[in-house]
Amino acid sequence: MHPAPSIIIFTVLSGLGFGLLAFLGLGMPTVFGSVAFGYFTIAYLLAVVGLASSAFHLGNPQRALKAFTQWRSSWLSREACLSVATLVVMAIYGGALVFFNTKLSTLGLIGSVLALATVFATSMIYGQLKTVPRWNSWTTPALFVTLSLAGGALLAGQVVFTLAFLVVAGILQVIAWMLGDGRFEQAGSTQETATGLGAIGTVRHFEAPHTGTNYLLREMVHHVGRKHAQTLRVISLILMVILPVILLWLGVTYVTVALAAISHIAGTLASRWLFFAEAEHVVGLYYGQR
Amino acid sequence: MTTLPASTEKKLGLVIDLDTCVGCHACVVSCKGWNTENYGAPLSDQDPYGADPSGTFLNRVHSYEVQPTEGPAQLIHFPKSCLHCDDAPCVTVCPTGASYKRVEDGIVLVNETDCIGCGLCAWACPYGAREMDQAAGVMKKCTLCVDRIYNENLPEEDRQPACVRTCPSNARHFGDLSDPDSEVSQLVAERGGMDLMPEQGTKPVNKYLPPRPKDTWEEVDILAPLLEPVAPEADGLLGWLDRTLGKVGGK
Repeated sequence: MHPAPSIIIFTVLSGLGFGLLAFLGLGMPTVFGSVAFGYFTIAYLLAVVGLASSAFHLGNPQRALKAFTQWRSSWLSREACLSVATLVVMAIYGGALVFFNTKLSTLGLIGSVLALATVFATSMIYGQLKTVPRWNSWTTPALFVTLSLAGGALLAGQVVFTLAFLVVAGILQVIAWMLGDGRFEQAGSTQETATGLGAIGTVRHFEAPHTGTNYLLREMVHHVGRKHAQTLRVISLILMVILPVILLWLGVTYVTVALAAISHIAGTLASRWLFFAEAEHVVGLYYGQR
Repeated sequence: MTTLPASTEKKLGLVIDLDTCVGCHACVVSCKGWNTENYGAPLSDQDPYGADPSGTFLNRVHSYEVQPTEGPAQLIHFPKSCLHCDDAPCVTVCPTGASYKRVEDGIVLVNETDCIGCGLCAWACPYGAREMDQAAGVMKKCTLCVDRIYNENLPEEDRQPACVRTCPSNARHFGDLSDPDSEVSQLVAERGGMDLMPEQGTKPVNKYLPPRPKDTWEEVDILAPLLEPVAPEADGLLGWLDRTLGKVGGK
Protein backbone atom coordinates (compact mmCIF):
# COMPACT_ATOMS: atom_id res chain seq x y z
CA MET A 1 0.00 0.00 0.00
CA HIS A 2 1.09 3.57 -0.70
CA PRO A 3 2.54 5.03 2.51
CA ALA A 4 0.86 8.44 2.25
CA PRO A 5 2.60 10.85 4.68
CA SER A 6 -0.76 12.40 5.64
CA ILE A 7 -2.12 9.05 6.89
CA ILE A 8 1.11 8.09 8.67
CA ILE A 9 1.25 11.44 10.48
CA PHE A 10 -2.47 11.24 11.26
CA THR A 11 -2.38 7.77 12.81
CA VAL A 12 0.77 8.41 14.84
CA LEU A 13 -0.08 11.88 16.17
CA SER A 14 -3.76 11.24 16.85
CA GLY A 15 -2.77 7.94 18.53
CA LEU A 16 -0.46 9.89 20.84
CA GLY A 17 -3.01 12.63 21.49
CA PHE A 18 -5.82 10.21 22.33
CA GLY A 19 -3.42 8.11 24.42
CA LEU A 20 -2.54 11.22 26.46
CA LEU A 21 -6.23 12.08 26.82
CA ALA A 22 -6.91 8.54 28.08
CA PHE A 23 -4.40 9.05 30.93
CA LEU A 24 -5.56 12.60 31.69
CA GLY A 25 -9.14 11.32 31.93
CA LEU A 26 -8.07 8.81 34.55
CA GLY A 27 -6.40 11.56 36.58
CA MET A 28 -2.91 10.38 35.75
CA PRO A 29 -1.58 12.93 36.46
CA THR A 30 -4.31 14.86 38.31
CA VAL A 31 -3.48 18.45 37.42
CA PHE A 32 -5.33 21.72 37.79
CA GLY A 33 -5.16 25.26 36.46
CA SER A 34 -2.37 26.27 34.11
CA VAL A 35 -0.56 22.91 34.37
CA ALA A 36 -3.74 21.15 33.26
CA PHE A 37 -4.08 23.73 30.46
CA GLY A 38 -0.58 22.77 29.25
CA TYR A 39 -1.31 19.04 29.22
CA PHE A 40 -4.67 19.41 27.49
CA THR A 41 -3.23 21.80 24.91
CA ILE A 42 -0.58 19.22 23.95
CA ALA A 43 -3.18 16.43 23.77
CA TYR A 44 -5.61 18.50 21.66
CA LEU A 45 -2.87 19.75 19.33
CA LEU A 46 -1.74 16.18 18.65
CA ALA A 47 -5.26 14.84 18.18
CA VAL A 48 -6.55 17.74 16.07
CA VAL A 49 -3.41 18.10 13.92
CA GLY A 50 -3.68 14.36 13.29
CA LEU A 51 -7.33 14.61 12.27
CA ALA A 52 -6.67 17.68 10.08
CA SER A 53 -3.80 15.82 8.44
CA SER A 54 -6.14 12.96 7.51
CA ALA A 55 -8.41 15.48 5.75
CA PHE A 56 -5.58 16.19 3.28
CA HIS A 57 -6.02 12.66 2.05
CA LEU A 58 -9.60 13.30 0.94
CA GLY A 59 -10.63 14.11 -2.61
CA ASN A 60 -13.50 16.31 -1.43
CA PRO A 61 -12.82 17.36 2.20
CA GLN A 62 -15.63 19.95 2.10
CA ARG A 63 -18.14 17.10 2.53
CA ALA A 64 -16.32 15.57 5.53
CA LEU A 65 -19.33 16.17 7.81
CA LYS A 66 -21.18 13.40 5.96
CA ALA A 67 -18.66 10.93 7.40
CA PHE A 68 -20.52 11.09 10.73
CA THR A 69 -23.60 9.36 9.35
CA GLN A 70 -22.65 5.71 8.74
CA TRP A 71 -21.45 4.58 12.18
CA ARG A 72 -23.69 1.50 11.99
CA SER A 73 -21.54 -0.14 9.33
CA SER A 74 -18.34 1.83 8.74
CA TRP A 75 -15.27 1.86 11.02
CA LEU A 76 -14.14 5.11 9.40
CA SER A 77 -17.43 6.74 10.34
CA ARG A 78 -17.23 5.26 13.87
CA GLU A 79 -13.75 6.74 14.21
CA ALA A 80 -15.05 10.17 13.19
CA CYS A 81 -17.96 10.00 15.69
CA LEU A 82 -15.83 8.63 18.54
CA SER A 83 -13.05 11.17 18.04
CA VAL A 84 -15.44 14.12 18.17
CA ALA A 85 -17.26 12.61 21.19
CA THR A 86 -13.90 12.20 22.96
CA LEU A 87 -12.84 15.74 22.17
CA VAL A 88 -16.15 17.19 23.41
CA VAL A 89 -16.26 15.14 26.65
CA MET A 90 -12.61 15.82 27.43
CA ALA A 91 -13.06 19.53 26.70
CA ILE A 92 -15.70 19.70 29.47
CA TYR A 93 -13.56 17.57 31.81
CA GLY A 94 -10.43 19.63 31.02
CA GLY A 95 -12.33 22.92 31.28
CA ALA A 96 -13.48 21.99 34.79
CA LEU A 97 -9.88 21.16 35.77
CA VAL A 98 -8.39 24.30 34.24
CA PHE A 99 -10.95 26.94 35.15
CA PHE A 100 -12.81 25.58 38.20
CA ASN A 101 -10.13 23.35 39.80
CA THR A 102 -12.80 20.65 39.83
CA LYS A 103 -12.25 17.01 38.85
CA LEU A 104 -15.32 15.41 37.24
CA SER A 105 -14.02 11.84 37.69
CA THR A 106 -16.90 10.00 35.98
CA LEU A 107 -16.74 12.27 32.95
CA GLY A 108 -12.98 11.74 32.81
CA LEU A 109 -13.43 7.98 32.89
CA ILE A 110 -15.96 8.18 30.04
CA GLY A 111 -13.52 10.37 28.11
CA SER A 112 -10.72 7.84 28.66
CA VAL A 113 -12.81 4.97 27.35
CA LEU A 114 -13.90 7.06 24.34
CA ALA A 115 -10.28 8.00 23.61
CA LEU A 116 -9.17 4.38 23.53
CA ALA A 117 -12.26 3.42 21.52
CA THR A 118 -11.24 6.08 18.97
CA VAL A 119 -7.79 4.52 18.57
CA PHE A 120 -9.38 1.08 18.29
CA ALA A 121 -11.73 2.35 15.56
CA THR A 122 -8.75 3.84 13.69
CA SER A 123 -6.96 0.49 13.81
CA MET A 124 -10.06 -1.37 12.62
CA ILE A 125 -10.20 0.77 9.46
CA TYR A 126 -7.12 -1.22 8.46
CA GLY A 127 -7.74 -4.39 10.46
CA GLN A 128 -11.11 -5.02 8.77
CA LEU A 129 -9.69 -5.20 5.23
CA LYS A 130 -9.60 -8.79 4.00
CA THR A 131 -7.97 -7.48 0.85
CA VAL A 132 -4.78 -6.66 2.80
CA PRO A 133 -4.02 -9.91 4.65
CA ARG A 134 -1.12 -8.41 6.64
CA TRP A 135 -3.50 -5.94 8.28
CA ASN A 136 -6.45 -8.31 8.61
CA SER A 137 -5.29 -9.66 11.98
CA TRP A 138 -5.78 -9.12 15.73
CA THR A 139 -2.26 -7.70 15.83
CA THR A 140 -3.37 -4.48 14.09
CA PRO A 141 -5.77 -3.22 16.81
CA ALA A 142 -3.58 -4.69 19.58
CA LEU A 143 -0.50 -2.80 18.37
CA PHE A 144 -2.30 0.49 17.62
CA VAL A 145 -3.94 0.62 21.06
CA THR A 146 -0.80 -0.43 22.96
CA LEU A 147 1.36 2.11 21.12
CA SER A 148 -1.20 4.79 21.87
CA LEU A 149 -1.15 3.84 25.55
CA ALA A 150 2.67 3.76 25.65
CA GLY A 151 2.98 7.16 23.94
CA GLY A 152 0.18 8.60 26.09
CA ALA A 153 1.82 7.36 29.30
CA LEU A 154 5.16 8.81 28.19
CA LEU A 155 3.65 12.25 27.52
CA ALA A 156 1.64 12.05 30.78
CA GLY A 157 4.84 11.33 32.73
CA GLN A 158 3.60 7.94 33.97
CA VAL A 159 6.97 6.17 34.04
CA VAL A 160 5.85 2.74 35.26
CA PHE A 161 2.99 2.57 32.75
CA THR A 162 5.30 3.84 30.02
CA LEU A 163 7.85 1.10 30.63
CA ALA A 164 5.16 -1.60 30.82
CA PHE A 165 3.32 -0.52 27.66
CA LEU A 166 6.56 0.07 25.73
CA VAL A 167 7.72 -3.48 26.45
CA VAL A 168 4.32 -4.93 25.51
CA ALA A 169 4.24 -2.78 22.34
CA GLY A 170 7.72 -3.99 21.40
CA ILE A 171 6.69 -7.63 21.80
CA LEU A 172 3.44 -7.05 19.86
CA GLN A 173 5.38 -5.28 17.11
CA VAL A 174 7.72 -8.25 16.67
CA ILE A 175 4.76 -10.68 16.69
CA ALA A 176 2.93 -8.49 14.14
CA TRP A 177 5.94 -8.58 11.81
CA MET A 178 6.49 -12.32 12.22
CA LEU A 179 2.84 -13.29 11.70
CA GLY A 180 2.39 -10.60 9.05
CA ASP A 181 5.11 -12.04 6.82
CA GLY A 182 3.06 -15.22 6.30
CA ARG A 183 -0.42 -13.70 6.18
CA PHE A 184 -0.66 -13.27 2.41
CA GLU A 185 0.08 -16.95 1.75
CA GLN A 186 -2.35 -18.01 4.52
CA ALA A 187 -5.14 -15.92 3.01
CA GLY A 188 -4.85 -18.17 -0.03
CA SER A 189 -5.29 -15.67 -2.85
CA THR A 190 -3.09 -16.36 -5.86
CA GLN A 191 -3.04 -15.36 -9.52
CA GLU A 192 -4.89 -18.63 -10.13
CA THR A 193 -7.80 -17.82 -7.75
CA ALA A 194 -7.85 -14.19 -8.92
CA THR A 195 -8.39 -15.20 -12.54
CA GLY A 196 -10.15 -18.52 -11.93
CA LEU A 197 -7.79 -20.02 -14.51
CA GLY A 198 -5.87 -22.26 -12.08
CA ALA A 199 -7.75 -25.35 -13.33
CA ILE A 200 -5.91 -25.02 -16.65
CA GLY A 201 -2.42 -24.36 -15.36
CA THR A 202 -0.10 -21.77 -13.88
CA VAL A 203 -1.03 -18.19 -14.66
CA ARG A 204 1.38 -15.48 -15.75
CA HIS A 205 0.44 -11.85 -16.43
CA PHE A 206 1.16 -11.55 -20.14
CA GLU A 207 0.06 -8.03 -20.91
CA ALA A 208 -1.16 -5.18 -18.70
CA PRO A 209 -4.44 -3.44 -19.58
CA HIS A 210 -2.64 -0.12 -19.97
CA THR A 211 0.77 1.13 -21.02
CA GLY A 212 1.14 3.68 -18.23
CA THR A 213 0.30 3.36 -14.57
CA ASN A 214 -3.05 3.88 -12.87
CA TYR A 215 -4.72 4.70 -9.55
CA LEU A 216 -4.76 1.06 -8.45
CA LEU A 217 -1.04 0.57 -8.96
CA ARG A 218 -0.11 3.89 -7.37
CA GLU A 219 -2.33 3.33 -4.36
CA MET A 220 -2.15 -0.41 -3.73
CA VAL A 221 0.83 -1.98 -5.47
CA HIS A 222 3.46 0.29 -3.97
CA HIS A 223 6.66 -1.57 -3.18
CA VAL A 224 9.33 1.11 -3.28
CA GLY A 225 9.92 1.00 0.46
CA ARG A 226 10.20 -2.74 0.90
CA LYS A 227 13.86 -2.92 -0.11
CA HIS A 228 15.14 -1.67 3.24
CA ALA A 229 12.35 -3.22 5.31
CA GLN A 230 14.58 -5.33 7.57
CA THR A 231 16.92 -2.42 8.37
CA LEU A 232 13.95 -0.14 9.02
CA ARG A 233 12.38 -2.71 11.33
CA VAL A 234 15.50 -2.73 13.49
CA ILE A 235 15.76 1.08 13.49
CA SER A 236 12.07 1.42 14.30
CA LEU A 237 12.23 -1.05 17.19
CA ILE A 238 15.32 0.63 18.67
CA LEU A 239 13.84 4.15 18.47
CA MET A 240 10.27 3.23 19.38
CA VAL A 241 10.92 0.94 22.37
CA ILE A 242 14.53 0.15 23.31
CA LEU A 243 16.03 3.66 23.44
CA PRO A 244 13.10 5.20 25.40
CA VAL A 245 13.23 2.32 27.90
CA ILE A 246 17.00 2.81 28.41
CA LEU A 247 16.59 6.60 28.74
CA LEU A 248 13.86 6.25 31.38
CA TRP A 249 15.92 3.59 33.13
CA LEU A 250 18.84 6.03 33.39
CA GLY A 251 16.73 8.51 35.26
CA VAL A 252 13.50 10.45 34.99
CA THR A 253 14.38 14.05 34.22
CA TYR A 254 12.85 16.53 31.77
CA VAL A 255 15.76 15.83 29.41
CA THR A 256 15.45 12.04 29.40
CA VAL A 257 11.65 12.14 29.11
CA ALA A 258 11.85 14.64 26.23
CA LEU A 259 14.50 12.57 24.45
CA ALA A 260 12.49 9.39 25.06
CA ALA A 261 9.38 11.04 23.61
CA ILE A 262 11.22 12.27 20.49
CA SER A 263 12.81 8.85 19.98
CA HIS A 264 9.48 7.07 20.51
CA ILE A 265 7.65 9.31 18.03
CA ALA A 266 10.39 8.86 15.40
CA GLY A 267 10.34 5.09 15.89
CA THR A 268 6.55 4.94 15.72
CA LEU A 269 6.59 6.96 12.47
CA ALA A 270 9.06 4.44 11.01
CA SER A 271 6.94 1.52 12.22
CA ARG A 272 3.79 3.07 10.75
CA TRP A 273 5.59 3.76 7.47
CA LEU A 274 6.48 0.06 7.29
CA PHE A 275 2.88 -0.85 8.22
CA PHE A 276 1.79 0.71 4.92
CA ALA A 277 4.83 0.05 2.73
CA GLU A 278 4.95 -3.67 3.57
CA ALA A 279 1.20 -4.25 3.23
CA GLU A 280 0.33 -6.15 0.07
CA HIS A 281 -3.13 -5.78 -1.49
CA VAL A 282 -4.59 -8.79 -3.32
CA VAL A 283 -5.40 -6.61 -6.37
CA GLY A 284 -1.68 -6.75 -7.20
CA LEU A 285 -2.25 -10.37 -8.23
CA TYR A 286 -4.14 -9.18 -11.32
CA TYR A 287 -0.97 -7.36 -12.33
CA GLY A 288 1.37 -10.24 -11.49
CA GLN A 289 2.72 -8.16 -8.62
CA ARG A 290 2.50 -8.07 -4.87
CA MET B 1 -27.25 3.70 4.10
CA THR B 2 -24.09 1.70 3.63
CA THR B 3 -25.43 -1.44 5.20
CA LEU B 4 -26.09 -4.04 2.53
CA PRO B 5 -29.66 -5.10 1.69
CA ALA B 6 -30.52 -8.59 3.01
CA SER B 7 -31.57 -9.55 -0.50
CA THR B 8 -32.19 -7.83 -3.80
CA GLU B 9 -35.20 -8.27 -6.09
CA LYS B 10 -32.97 -8.90 -9.10
CA LYS B 11 -29.26 -9.54 -9.52
CA LEU B 12 -28.34 -7.70 -12.67
CA GLY B 13 -24.84 -8.48 -13.80
CA LEU B 14 -22.49 -9.59 -16.53
CA VAL B 15 -21.36 -12.98 -17.72
CA ILE B 16 -17.98 -12.77 -19.43
CA ASP B 17 -16.87 -15.54 -21.76
CA LEU B 18 -13.11 -16.02 -21.51
CA ASP B 19 -13.31 -18.51 -24.37
CA THR B 20 -14.47 -16.01 -26.96
CA CYS B 21 -12.94 -12.73 -25.76
CA VAL B 22 -10.38 -11.70 -28.36
CA GLY B 23 -8.83 -8.93 -26.28
CA CYS B 24 -9.74 -6.09 -28.65
CA HIS B 25 -10.45 -3.59 -25.82
CA ALA B 26 -13.58 -2.33 -27.63
CA CYS B 27 -15.51 -2.70 -24.35
CA VAL B 28 -12.91 -0.51 -22.62
CA VAL B 29 -13.31 2.23 -25.21
CA SER B 30 -17.12 2.12 -25.34
CA CYS B 31 -17.28 2.13 -21.54
CA LYS B 32 -15.00 5.13 -21.28
CA GLY B 33 -16.95 6.91 -24.01
CA TRP B 34 -20.42 6.36 -22.55
CA ASN B 35 -19.47 7.00 -18.95
CA THR B 36 -17.51 10.15 -19.73
CA GLU B 37 -20.47 11.72 -21.48
CA ASN B 38 -23.25 10.63 -19.15
CA TYR B 39 -23.69 9.53 -15.51
CA GLY B 40 -21.70 11.51 -12.96
CA ALA B 41 -18.28 13.11 -13.20
CA PRO B 42 -16.45 12.45 -16.49
CA LEU B 43 -13.67 9.86 -16.51
CA SER B 44 -10.67 12.16 -16.61
CA ASP B 45 -7.22 11.55 -18.05
CA GLN B 46 -3.98 12.98 -16.73
CA ASP B 47 -1.23 13.84 -19.21
CA PRO B 48 -3.01 11.79 -21.93
CA TYR B 49 -0.69 12.77 -24.77
CA GLY B 50 2.44 13.26 -22.67
CA ALA B 51 5.20 11.06 -21.34
CA ASP B 52 3.31 9.67 -18.35
CA PRO B 53 -0.33 9.13 -19.33
CA SER B 54 -2.89 7.74 -16.88
CA GLY B 55 -6.62 7.96 -16.48
CA THR B 56 -9.80 6.62 -14.93
CA PHE B 57 -11.35 3.51 -16.44
CA LEU B 58 -14.25 1.39 -15.19
CA ASN B 59 -13.32 -1.63 -17.28
CA ARG B 60 -9.87 -2.90 -18.15
CA VAL B 61 -8.70 -5.92 -20.14
CA HIS B 62 -5.73 -7.93 -18.87
CA SER B 63 -4.11 -10.76 -20.82
CA TYR B 64 -2.81 -13.88 -19.10
CA GLU B 65 -0.62 -16.69 -20.30
CA VAL B 66 -1.71 -19.98 -18.74
CA GLN B 67 0.73 -22.88 -18.90
CA PRO B 68 -0.81 -26.36 -18.50
CA THR B 69 1.41 -29.18 -17.20
CA GLU B 70 1.60 -30.52 -20.76
CA GLY B 71 1.19 -28.88 -24.13
CA PRO B 72 1.53 -25.30 -25.26
CA ALA B 73 0.53 -22.28 -23.16
CA GLN B 74 -2.83 -20.57 -23.72
CA LEU B 75 -3.33 -16.83 -24.03
CA ILE B 76 -6.51 -15.68 -22.29
CA HIS B 77 -7.88 -12.15 -22.48
CA PHE B 78 -9.53 -11.10 -19.27
CA PRO B 79 -11.89 -8.10 -19.05
CA LYS B 80 -12.43 -6.91 -15.50
CA SER B 81 -14.95 -4.45 -14.10
CA CYS B 82 -17.13 -4.21 -10.97
CA LEU B 83 -18.64 -7.62 -10.11
CA HIS B 84 -21.60 -6.05 -8.22
CA CYS B 85 -20.95 -8.43 -5.28
CA ASP B 86 -23.80 -9.62 -3.06
CA ASP B 87 -21.54 -9.14 -0.06
CA ALA B 88 -19.83 -6.01 -1.31
CA PRO B 89 -17.08 -4.91 1.13
CA CYS B 90 -16.78 -1.57 -0.68
CA VAL B 91 -20.29 -0.60 0.44
CA THR B 92 -20.02 -1.28 4.18
CA VAL B 93 -16.70 0.57 4.64
CA CYS B 94 -18.06 3.85 3.19
CA PRO B 95 -18.25 6.48 5.96
CA THR B 96 -20.71 8.79 4.20
CA GLY B 97 -23.30 6.48 2.69
CA ALA B 98 -22.21 7.47 -0.83
CA SER B 99 -21.59 3.83 -1.73
CA TYR B 100 -24.69 1.67 -1.85
CA LYS B 101 -26.23 -1.48 -3.31
CA ARG B 102 -29.67 -1.08 -4.87
CA VAL B 103 -32.46 -3.26 -3.49
CA GLU B 104 -34.35 -3.38 -6.78
CA ASP B 105 -31.60 -4.75 -9.02
CA GLY B 106 -28.45 -5.27 -6.93
CA ILE B 107 -26.38 -2.68 -8.80
CA VAL B 108 -23.60 -1.17 -6.67
CA LEU B 109 -23.41 2.61 -7.19
CA VAL B 110 -21.66 5.68 -5.83
CA ASN B 111 -23.64 8.81 -5.07
CA GLU B 112 -20.98 11.28 -6.12
CA THR B 113 -22.47 14.25 -4.26
CA ASP B 114 -21.88 12.35 -0.98
CA CYS B 115 -18.43 10.94 -1.82
CA ILE B 116 -15.56 12.56 0.13
CA GLY B 117 -12.91 10.72 -1.88
CA CYS B 118 -11.32 8.90 1.06
CA GLY B 119 -10.53 5.90 -1.14
CA LEU B 120 -11.35 3.28 1.51
CA CYS B 121 -13.85 1.48 -0.78
CA ALA B 122 -11.12 1.00 -3.39
CA TRP B 123 -8.92 -0.52 -0.67
CA ALA B 124 -11.75 -2.84 0.36
CA CYS B 125 -12.32 -4.15 -3.19
CA PRO B 126 -10.19 -7.21 -4.03
CA TYR B 127 -10.77 -6.79 -7.77
CA GLY B 128 -9.51 -3.27 -8.37
CA ALA B 129 -12.94 -2.31 -9.68
CA ARG B 130 -12.96 1.19 -8.21
CA GLU B 131 -10.75 4.04 -9.28
CA MET B 132 -10.58 7.52 -7.79
CA ASP B 133 -10.97 10.15 -10.45
CA GLN B 134 -7.97 12.43 -10.08
CA ALA B 135 -9.78 15.50 -11.46
CA ALA B 136 -13.10 15.19 -9.59
CA GLY B 137 -11.75 13.58 -6.40
CA VAL B 138 -14.66 11.13 -6.29
CA MET B 139 -14.75 7.36 -6.62
CA LYS B 140 -15.75 6.00 -10.02
CA LYS B 141 -16.99 2.51 -10.75
CA CYS B 142 -19.05 0.49 -13.22
CA THR B 143 -22.73 1.49 -13.01
CA LEU B 144 -23.79 -1.41 -15.22
CA CYS B 145 -24.82 1.50 -17.47
CA VAL B 146 -27.81 2.19 -15.23
CA ASP B 147 -28.52 5.18 -17.50
CA ARG B 148 -28.86 2.89 -20.55
CA ILE B 149 -30.56 -0.27 -19.32
CA TYR B 150 -33.74 1.52 -18.13
CA ASN B 151 -33.56 4.35 -20.69
CA GLU B 152 -36.71 4.40 -22.79
CA ASN B 153 -35.29 7.11 -25.02
CA LEU B 154 -32.95 4.51 -26.46
CA PRO B 155 -34.01 1.83 -28.98
CA GLU B 156 -34.65 -1.44 -27.16
CA GLU B 157 -31.52 -3.17 -28.47
CA ASP B 158 -29.39 -0.41 -26.93
CA ARG B 159 -30.83 -0.88 -23.44
CA GLN B 160 -27.85 -2.88 -22.23
CA PRO B 161 -24.44 -1.89 -20.90
CA ALA B 162 -22.22 -0.19 -23.48
CA CYS B 163 -19.55 -2.89 -23.15
CA VAL B 164 -22.05 -5.66 -23.92
CA ARG B 165 -23.59 -3.75 -26.83
CA THR B 166 -20.23 -3.12 -28.43
CA CYS B 167 -18.50 -6.50 -27.96
CA PRO B 168 -17.76 -7.83 -31.47
CA SER B 169 -17.17 -11.42 -30.32
CA ASN B 170 -20.25 -11.79 -28.11
CA ALA B 171 -18.05 -12.44 -25.10
CA ARG B 172 -20.15 -10.27 -22.81
CA HIS B 173 -23.70 -11.06 -21.70
CA PHE B 174 -26.03 -8.99 -19.53
CA GLY B 175 -29.03 -10.19 -17.55
CA ASP B 176 -30.65 -11.15 -14.25
CA LEU B 177 -28.55 -13.77 -12.48
CA SER B 178 -31.16 -14.32 -9.75
CA ASP B 179 -33.56 -15.82 -12.33
CA PRO B 180 -32.45 -19.41 -13.05
CA ASP B 181 -34.27 -19.34 -16.42
CA SER B 182 -32.55 -16.22 -17.70
CA GLU B 183 -30.17 -16.55 -20.62
CA VAL B 184 -27.19 -15.55 -18.47
CA SER B 185 -28.05 -18.04 -15.69
CA GLN B 186 -28.33 -20.81 -18.25
CA LEU B 187 -24.97 -19.89 -19.74
CA VAL B 188 -23.44 -20.03 -16.26
CA ALA B 189 -25.02 -23.44 -15.62
CA GLU B 190 -23.97 -24.88 -19.00
CA ARG B 191 -20.44 -23.61 -19.04
CA GLY B 192 -19.53 -23.81 -15.35
CA GLY B 193 -19.43 -20.06 -14.70
CA MET B 194 -17.07 -19.17 -11.88
CA ASP B 195 -16.44 -16.52 -9.20
CA LEU B 196 -13.21 -14.56 -9.01
CA MET B 197 -11.31 -14.90 -5.70
CA PRO B 198 -14.10 -16.84 -3.96
CA GLU B 199 -11.90 -17.01 -0.83
CA GLN B 200 -12.53 -13.29 -0.29
CA GLY B 201 -16.18 -14.10 0.49
CA THR B 202 -17.59 -11.25 -1.62
CA LYS B 203 -20.14 -13.42 -3.50
CA PRO B 204 -19.74 -11.71 -6.89
CA VAL B 205 -22.82 -11.48 -9.12
CA ASN B 206 -20.77 -11.30 -12.33
CA LYS B 207 -19.57 -14.70 -13.51
CA TYR B 208 -16.72 -15.73 -15.78
CA LEU B 209 -17.05 -18.61 -18.24
CA PRO B 210 -13.78 -20.56 -18.34
CA PRO B 211 -12.13 -21.25 -21.73
CA ARG B 212 -13.42 -24.47 -23.30
CA PRO B 213 -10.94 -27.38 -23.21
CA LYS B 214 -8.57 -27.36 -26.18
CA ASP B 215 -8.80 -30.14 -28.78
CA THR B 216 -5.95 -32.59 -28.48
CA TRP B 217 -4.04 -33.40 -31.65
CA GLU B 218 -1.58 -36.24 -32.01
CA GLU B 219 1.10 -35.76 -34.63
CA VAL B 220 0.68 -38.48 -37.28
CA ASP B 221 2.74 -38.79 -40.47
CA ILE B 222 0.48 -40.61 -42.92
CA LEU B 223 3.36 -41.26 -45.39
CA ALA B 224 5.65 -42.97 -42.86
CA PRO B 225 4.43 -46.57 -43.40
CA LEU B 226 5.03 -46.26 -47.16
CA LEU B 227 8.69 -45.28 -46.89
CA GLU B 228 11.64 -47.72 -46.91
CA PRO B 229 13.22 -47.91 -43.49
CA VAL B 230 16.54 -46.08 -43.31
CA ALA B 231 19.50 -48.50 -42.95
CA PRO B 232 20.55 -48.32 -39.30
CA GLU B 233 24.10 -49.52 -39.99
CA ALA B 234 26.29 -48.44 -42.91
CA ASP B 235 28.02 -51.13 -45.01
CA GLY B 236 30.31 -51.21 -48.10
CA LEU B 237 32.56 -48.21 -48.68
CA LEU B 238 30.57 -46.02 -46.23
CA GLY B 239 30.86 -48.75 -43.60
CA TRP B 240 34.65 -48.96 -44.10
CA LEU B 241 34.93 -45.14 -43.90
CA ASP B 242 32.81 -45.09 -40.75
CA ARG B 243 34.97 -47.72 -39.05
CA THR B 244 38.28 -46.16 -40.16
CA LEU B 245 37.32 -42.61 -39.18
CA GLY B 246 36.02 -44.00 -35.90
CA LYS B 247 39.47 -45.53 -35.18
CA VAL B 248 41.32 -42.32 -36.16
CA GLY B 249 39.00 -40.14 -34.12
CA GLY B 250 38.93 -42.62 -31.24
CA LYS B 251 35.17 -43.12 -31.38
